[in-house]
Amino acid sequence: MIASSPFGLENKVVLVTGASSGIGRAAAVEISKLGGTVVISGRNEVELARTLDLLSGVGHRVLACDLQDRDEVAELVDALPALDGVVNNAGISKFATLGHLNEDQFQEVLQINTLSPIFLLNRLIKTKRIRKGGSVVFTSSIAALQQATYAYSMYTTSKAGLQGFVRIAALELAGKRIRVNSVNPAMIETEMVGKSGWITPEQYEADKQRYPLKRYGRPEEVANAIAFLLSDASSWITGTSLVIDGGIGLR
Amino acid sequence: MNFFIKQHRTMDIQVFLQQIADQFDDTDPSLIASNTEFKKLDDYSSLTALNIISMIDDEYDVILKGEDLRNSITIEDLYNAVKAKL
Repeated sequence: MIASSPFGLENKVVLVTGASSGIGRAAAVEISKLGGTVVISGRNEVELARTLDLLSGVGHRVLACDLQDRDEVAELVDALPALDGVVNNAGISKFATLGHLNEDQFQEVLQINTLSPIFLLNRLIKTKRIRKGGSVVFTSSIAALQQATYAYSMYTTSKAGLQGFVRIAALELAGKRIRVNSVNPAMIETEMVGKSGWITPEQYEADKQRYPLKRYGRPEEVANAIAFLLSDASSWITGTSLVIDGGIGLR
Repeated sequence: MNFFIKQHRTMDIQVFLQQIADQFDDTDPSLIASNTEFKKLDDYSSLTALNIISMIDDEYDVILKGEDLRNSITIEDLYNAVKAKL
């Protein structure tokens, strides 16, 4: 008999938000491959059903939720089983340079990227949904740490705020033996990246060449890091930002 | 992705020229005309490009693509690219 690996996620139940696409979808798939049971959430039920189809094993569930809506969040949390892991991943990106910022848009980005994940965790803690030994992972960004990119102030501010919260949450939840960490990817090939259309395909290729590893990341590569932080292999890691950046930080 | 409904504005080339001129930090506004090849101005940079795209998004609710900017030589080209998307 083979001893189980600390990297495995057998017998763990994990909530993944923003699981309808990109990193969230890849994380759900990876967790299921490692033996975990996943509850996937997001706004787009059609895409969530597609994610569900991609999962290995049985027992996974879809609970659609608009995390901006407090009542829906309360309903979601009430419907959840006891959790061993939470992947707070839902997020959006919008672009504008400083002189052209729109306050409504900025508030929407802060709501979705910063406040909604914070208040989801708040509610999960209040209702004692996360078991002792649990792990919470936030999808942050290298933007939260040091990078400065033109037209990215909304996204960067939102992720920097979230990053501050991760440290405090890690400190405050340590007593409950709940670990809190973030993954901090650089540019990942997801639907979100292609959406702006601001840069031409040539500029896109040129940007990739700035990376020492000569390409953008793949959602699966962030999912692997998320799985590690959810697993017992990272049992003494809390309050950490795990950078996944193809070496761009070396530049 | 844009959940906010804005009033679509009608376009006026004089207003547009002023709006473009405002995106340049060190260029004399008198150098900004319909036939100005704006990417050849000394002051033009990748930030200017982003400022122009942001301004157009903000003022006209039009998301210009990188290609639209690349294919625009004069400010009038840019004006027509925006007008086509109103």
